[in-house]
Order: sequence, then structure tokens, then C-alpha cells
Amino acid sequence: MKGVAVNEIQSDEAVFHVHRVSKIYRMGETEVHALRAVDLDLYAGEFVVLLGPSGSGKSTLLNILGGLDTPTSGEVHYLDHILTAADEGALTRFRREHVGFVFQFYNLIPSLTALENVALVTEISDNPLDPKEALEMVGLQDRLDHFPAQLSGGEQQRVAIARAIAKRPDVLLCDEPTGALDYSTGKLVLEVLERVNRELGTTVAVITHNASIAAMADRVIRISSGRIIEEHRNAVKARPEDLSW
Amino acid sequence: MSALDKKLLRDLKRLRGQVLAVAMVVACGIAVYVTMRSSYDSLLASQSSYYDRYRFSDIFAQVKRAPESVASEIAALEGVAAVETRVVMEVTLDVPDLDEPATGRLVSIPERREPILNDLHLRRGRWIEAGRRDEVIISEAFAEANHLEPGRSITAIINGRRERLQIAGIAISPEYVNEIRAADVFPDNRRFGVLWMSREALGSAFDMKGGFNDLSLRLAPQASEREVIDHLDSMLARYGCLGAYGRRDQLSHRFLEDEIAQDKITGIFVPSIFLAVAAFLIHMVLSRLVATERDQIAVMKAFGYTNQRIGFHYLKFALVTLLAGTAMGVPLGAWLGAGLAQLYSQFFRFPQLQFTVGPHVLWLAIAISAAAAFVGAISAVSRVAALPPAEAMRPEPPARFRRGLMERIGLQKLFSPAARMIVRNIERRPVKAILSISGIAFAVAILLVGRYFYDALDYLIEVQFRAVQREDVAVTFNNPRSSSARYDLARLPGVTRSETFRAVPVRLRFENRSRRVAILGIEPDGELRRLLDSRLRKVDLPPEGLVLTAKLAEILGVDCGDEVRVEVLEGARQARSVIVAGLIDEMIGLSAYMDLRALNRLMREGETISGAYLAVDREAAPALYSFLKRTPAVGGVAIREAMLDSFLETVAENLTISTGILIIFACVIAFAIVYNGARIALSERGHELASLRVIGFTRGEITVMLLGEQAALTLAAIPFGFALGYAICALLVWLTESELYRLPIVIRPESYFFAFGITAIAAFLSGLLVAHRLRNLDLVVVLKTRE
Repeated sequence: MKGVAVNEIQSDEAVFHVHRVSKIYRMGETEVHALRAVDLDLYAGEFVVLLGPSGSGKSTLLNILGGLDTPTSGEVHYLDHILTAADEGALTRFRREHVGFVFQFYNLIPSLTALENVALVTEISDNPLDPKEALEMVGLQDRLDHFPAQLSGGEQQRVAIARAIAKRPDVLLCDEPTGALDYSTGKLVLEVLERVNRELGTTVAVITHNASIAAMADRVIRISSGRIIEEHRNAVKARPEDLSW
Repeated sequence: MSALDKKLLRDLKRLRGQVLAVAMVVACGIAVYVTMRSSYDSLLASQSSYYDRYRFSDIFAQVKRAPESVASEIAALEGVAAVETRVVMEVTLDVPDLDEPATGRLVSIPERREPILNDLHLRRGRWIEAGRRDEVIISEAFAEANHLEPGRSITAIINGRRERLQIAGIAISPEYVNEIRAADVFPDNRRFGVLWMSREALGSAFDMKGGFNDLSLRLAPQASEREVIDHLDSMLARYGCLGAYGRRDQLSHRFLEDEIAQDKITGIFVPSIFLAVAAFLIHMVLSRLVATERDQIAVMKAFGYTNQRIGFHYLKFALVTLLAGTAMGVPLGAWLGAGLAQLYSQFFRFPQLQFTVGPHVLWLAIAISAAAAFVGAISAVSRVAALPPAEAMRPEPPARFRRGLMERIGLQKLFSPAARMIVRNIERRPVKAILSISGIAFAVAILLVGRYFYDALDYLIEVQFRAVQREDVAVTFNNPRSSSARYDLARLPGVTRSETFRAVPVRLRFENRSRRVAILGIEPDGELRRLLDSRLRKVDLPPEGLVLTAKLAEILGVDCGDEVRVEVLEGARQARSVIVAGLIDEMIGLSAYMDLRALNRLMREGETISGAYLAVDREAAPALYSFLKRTPAVGGVAIREAMLDSFLETVAENLTISTGILIIFACVIAFAIVYNGARIALSERGHELASLRVIGFTRGEITVMLLGEQAALTLAAIPFGFALGYAICALLVWLTESELYRLPIVIRPESYFFAFGITAIAAFLSGLLVAHRLRNLDLVVVLKTRE
């Protein structure tokens, strides 16, 4: 799936195919319906923003797409893999080979430098980017030997993105990537994500409650109370630097 | 129960694995403390009441023969409270069901029961009957080893005649709490026993009517032992006294004192190690607990809880943990102590050896562990106090890592990122790493010390009983004989080789130091007795002069070429100067060797011998033994293998038990340190490891990252443990070095491997236990939460 050409996007080939997925959590005595029979397709190379308030189920959906969680019912296909039928080992392999994660709180290894944090991942990948190249892509070529504690929040998040893209994933899943950042560093991170999507052709799914970010997406999916309530395609994608909130 | 105490209970429950690990370490330490302290108390109490009630003498002297009148002169000496004279003789015994001849020490007792010094405690049977000269009371250890009962009889060769002795009773005496032959290193109760017999019977059998050859006395309070001994020596010299001596040189007493002293040392030394490890572990657990509960501490402070209140809450955590360990350790110690008392009863015979755990032992155990809890808790508690409420509300700042030694040397290129994580984690907290390494090193060292006794004993036996003493049997005559007797010996059944020896009691004097020993004259080209140096090379016996063991030379302060004064303590008792011609190393006793002919010349005697070393054909041995048992001229027979076997039987069993206990203890330490280290690493880095799982690392990979640090610390501890173990063994050698024996510092490669293996297994198992927890790592939560 690597190096997907842009024109294939229009071929309607779904990378992820989510079919009638529901997720019910038991919280003590009560049942929480996090997702209710959700149907969704994600296409190769597109930039999708999943928008919704907290508790809407968007994180649950992202976790299920990333193989971290399994739905109570329904099916999730990744290309020809059925994720809902995969075991723990297969899911680990799936994450390792195909998915890049970007967390809200970066989750870097404090005892490793920026370069080493990226190298940690490239060493277990088949055809990775050069770690330096990945860090250059996020604009951190001058911070290679800094430890996380020596970097600002935005810089740490960019290291996290470099770490996520270094293995050339097919899909980048980002959970509130700007949630812990201030306005200007947040925009810097979005620029990086946009650049990865554009230059590497990686499918990017960002979940956020920040509606302003929706403007930079190919497609915007609104989620509320475990259901998809609206879906639209942006006729014109905004540039990240033009966003404001 | 206050809310804070409920939190304490839940914290304890949540961290029960770590709490249990620390408590187990404490339990081991307290158990050893209780065992050793109680056994020290009970030995000391049993000894003192036994000595007191049965009037154990303070001073002892042996003479050739002295008239009874001397006794009253001695009783009149200042400082002497009571005097007892006796006839004591060693004879050959023919014990039923024992092939070889045994040695019996006949000690005279009055025919009618009356209070005497070194009185007997009758276990079974009765006192000898007045007028029945063939009745004896035998020692309990000897009776048990040979299954002898009152009513049965044994045969002794008394003054050349075989006499049947009826066993009237079985007894013990404060003089023989530990029954060991003078020249032996190990007790051999099968072949050596004490027999108490009527003074009249012994007097007439050994020409001691109206006389005695053994004297013991009790000192008046505040009397000077030294002065009385000096008086005795000058009074008894003309009766052939080889020098009076105090309890310090009395064999049974000395063994007992050594054991008591050793219990005391062990009771301090071993628990200290364990409680130090426990304090370190509780420090690690509490520091981590305080770090994870920063926000809770802040909230409590914000609500108005005082520093003392919160600090005490965490201190209580330590106290509960260590006192729980104490609660496990005390009964364990009582149980081990009862076992030890059982074991002691094989070696030390008391009317009763009551093992009780006194209340002071209990209180001290509690105080010691509470002190360890304080030491362990102090830094965590003071950190609680130092935390300002607002600061505490913020999450702990991310761990700061800097470029360390690895980067400065440029080694990081050699390591994978995972290995770099391990190295940097260790580098970031060097003190913690050093303490962990020390703890594990102690575990390794304890294992090594446990194995060391096997190795040293093996080596000692190998050298002393295979390379130095190569004879199968040593026969000693009643009195020195002409060397022509060797031809008779050579013709005995089964004897393939015989070499004669002459043993002469002497006092060696050099400048102001002196020592009583026997000079052993041996055949210079002999095969059965070899002189070896410290590297086990054969030393040739020089034709003239003395060869001393290094220990004896050290005591006398002499070196090769010095001239020592030899005062012969038998016959004409002449004194001469002899040159020290060589030094050798022997691990047992103090020996002085000479060429047999040179010794004969020194004694101005013809070719005279005291006995012979025999090499014996195994098949014919029973016939030889049975012949020797019946030969009146034979005063003593020492059979090397039999003595070794009986020794190994008891010692090997005891060693197996004590080594087993040491192994368990070492495992507990290694296990507790690695387990706690890994649990804390998991708590500190669980978030980090979970994010790695999210981005696709397998469980195996993150297990390596988690446990690698513990593995590295364990590996680093191994060489230190080896060095520490070696040092402890050397210390033990130094502490236990005595004139009786000197343990060699020998640790075989197998023992190092054993110590390494056991430690590695303990570490591995505790690692597995923690690794199991990685299964339950919550992957979803890391996406949303800050650590």
C-alpha cells in the first residue's frame, strides 16, 4: 500500500472498511454505548478529521481502527485483513507494520534522545525512513541529540510524529495531537501532518474536538453519542497556517 | 479506623507482592537472630548452671604419679576452694559389634556416691556398687553410638589383661560436654568413650594405690588462676606434671566456648545483612509510593493534614511491613532454634538443653526491625514533608536524562536504543544501582560461603588424610619400646607396610614464649607420613633439627635457623637446644617433626619407638583389628577411614541442612531485590512500555526492556558477590583459625558456578513474575493520559 498515487483515491478503494460496529462498555452497573452500529470507509491517501465532543465515541473508533480495542459487534476490515477476527499477536503485527500513532501527550521514551526515539521504531521496521530524514521532515534536524526533557511540548510532538512516520506506515492515527499544545505550536504540528499526507501519501486520521481543524481535511466526519451524524467533503482544503481558533 | 489507615491497608494490599518480598527478607534476618540469640542464651545458661551444679573444675593437671598427701598441700594453697584427685587412664576397648579396637578413658570415681568435682549426671542405670570392681558408668555419647545399655558389658585391656566391665549406668559430665580425644579434630563417639570406674579398682590395676595421676580443683572466688597454676606447676613438677592449665585449655570447654562465641557472631552478622537489605527495599518501595501519590499528598495538605500526620502514614507502611516480617521470622527462628538444639544435643551433652525464646529476644527483634523500618522510611517521609501543596498537585516533572558516561566514551554506538534505555536508567540513579548490586552481591556471597565449607573440608581431608597422613592405622604402644617391635608389627595380618615413630612430649621454648607439644620422630624415607609445604610439595626431613608447622613457628616467633630450647617432659627430663631446620604447612594441630634417629639421639636413648603407622590390606583389616584389640601392649589404635566416615556422617548431614538454609536465604534476598526492582521499574515505566506496545512492540520486546535493567544489575553483582564471598570466607578462616585447625581458603570453580546459577535462577523467576503483569498493561489509557 506504500506510495499510493493520488488518483487512486478516486478509485473508491477503502483502506479501512467499518461495518455496523458497536462498542458497549460496562461501567459498574451501567452500560455505556460508545459506538452504535457505525459504518465508515477510509480511503488511501486521504486526510480525515473525526470531529466530536468528548464522550462522543471518536476515540473508541480510533482505538478500534488502530487495533487497540475490539468492537462488541460488527466488523472492521483493513484491506484484506479482518481486524475483528485477529488475535493479539496479529494485532501487534498490524500496528507494527501498518499504523503510526500520534498521542496527545507524545509518550516519548524519556531515556532516549530524539534520534534514538525514532531509531527505536526504525530498527523493528522492514523498510523505514532514515531516522534523521524523518526528523528533518518535522523540522527537527538540529535537535537530534536532545532528550525529551530538553524539548518543548511542540518539539516533543514533532518527534512523536517523526517516530510515527519513520516506519512508512500506511495510516497515521492522531488522537488530539494539538490538545496539549498552545496555538502556534499546535499549528506547526498540523503543518507537519499535512506535509506527511501530501509528500508521503500516508492516510491521516485526526480526531479532535476542535472544529477549526476540520477545514484542512479532505473529509470531515462528525460523531455524536456513538453515531456518525454528518459527513462532508471539503471542496477546498485550507492550509494549516490559515487556520485559526 | 481513620480514613488514612484505610488507605494504608489498601496500599498494603495493592502492593502486597512487594510487601511480602520485603517481609520475607526481614523474616530471614529475624529468624537467624532469634535462632542464634536464643541458642546463645540457652547454651550459656545451660553451661553455667551445669558447671555450677556439677562443680566443673577451674584448673586441671596431669602427673605421672603423685602421693595422695600432695592433695592436702594443694588444698591449703591460697585461692583453692576444693581439690579432687583421680586416676585417669586410657585403655583399648573391645566393644561388641565394633571390628576395630576403641579407646576408653577410665576415670576414677568414689565407690559410694558423694559430691565430687566434675560430678556425673546419671541418665540411666545406677551408680557403681561398692566392692564391685568390674562395674563402670559409661558416657552417654559413647553408649548411644554403640547402642550400649546398662546391664551389658564391654571388654577393656587393663594393664595387659582383658577385663570384662559391667555397665551399671550411663552418665554425662561437665568435663565431657563434648567428648573428643585429645589429638583428634573431630569427635568420634563410636571409638572413643569415657568410662567412670571405682577408684579402688583403678588404683590397684594401675599401681596408683595411695596416689593419683590426675588432679582438678575449683578456685575460690576472686582467686588468681595464674598464681594457682604457677604454684601447682612448681609443686607438681617433680611428679611429672606437664603443666597445669585452666578451663581455657580444657578441650570440652574450649569447643563449647567456641560454639557459643560463634552463635553470638552469627546472631549479629547475618541479621544485619538481611535487615540492611530490607531497609533498602522499603526505601525503594516507599520512595516510589510517595512519588506516585504526590497529588494525594497535596490534597491532604491542602485539607490541612500536617506533615507529621502524612509522614507517619508512610512510616506506618514501613513499620507494618517489617513487623509482619518479624511476626513470620520469630516462629521460624523458634522452629530453626529447636532444630539447632536437636543438632547440638549430638555434640554437646547437657542434663538439659532448654531452648526458649526469651521475651528480651522478642523485644529486641521488634526493636531491630522497627529501627530498620525507620532507616528505610526516613528519606521518603522527609520528601513528603518537603513537598509544598501546590507543587505536589502538578505531576512529577519528566525524568531528566543527560548524556552520561556511555556517551562521553562514545560507547552508545555499540548499543541498540533498548540497551541505551537500560544503561541510562542505571546511570540516572547510581546510588540505587549500587545498593541493588550490593544486595544481590550479598546473596551471591552467602551462597558461596555455604559452599565454601564443603570445599574447605574436602580440601582439608584430601590434604591431611590423603596426602599427609597416609597410614590406614596408627598403633601406639602403652610404653615406648625397642624398634625391634617393628618386625612384629610388620608380620601382623594384612600389614603391607609399617613405619615406626617416636612421640616425645616436650616444651618448646624460644625467648619468652613456650608451647607444649609432642615431637614426632618419623622415618625420613617414610611413605605413610609426608611433610608438605603450603603448595603441597613434599618437604624432605632434614637429618638433624626440627621441622615445625607454620602455626607453631608463628606462636613461638621462630624462623628457620633459630635455635629453640627443647625441654623433654618424660624420662630424665633433660633440656637441649635444637635448630629449626624447616617449616611446613599443616591444617590440623601443632606439630613438630624430627628424623626418628635424631630424636633418639636427642633423647640419649637407643632405637626406641612409641608406635607405628601401618598400611593395611583392606581384606585383612578385620583380622588385624581383632588381633590389636587383644594385644595388651597396644595402648591406642587410630583408624583413619573409620574416623573420617564417622565424622563425615555427622558433619555432612549438618552441612547439608545449614547449606540448604543458606540457599533459601540467599534466594529470598536475590528474589526480593530483583522483584522489587522490576516492580518499581514497571510502575515507573509502565506508561512508556504501554506506548511502545501501541506503536507495535511485542510483549517479549518490552519485557526485555523492563527486565534488562534488573538482569544487568544482577550480572554486575556477580563478580562483586564472588569477591565479597571470598572475603567473608577469608574472614571466617581468620576468625576460626585456631591451634586445633586452620581452614584453607579454597573455593572450587563449581562453587562459583553454583552461586551464579542459583542467583540467576532466583532473579529470573522473580522477573517472570513481574513480566506476567505486562499482560495486563492498559494500552488504551496511554493515548489519553499523561503519566
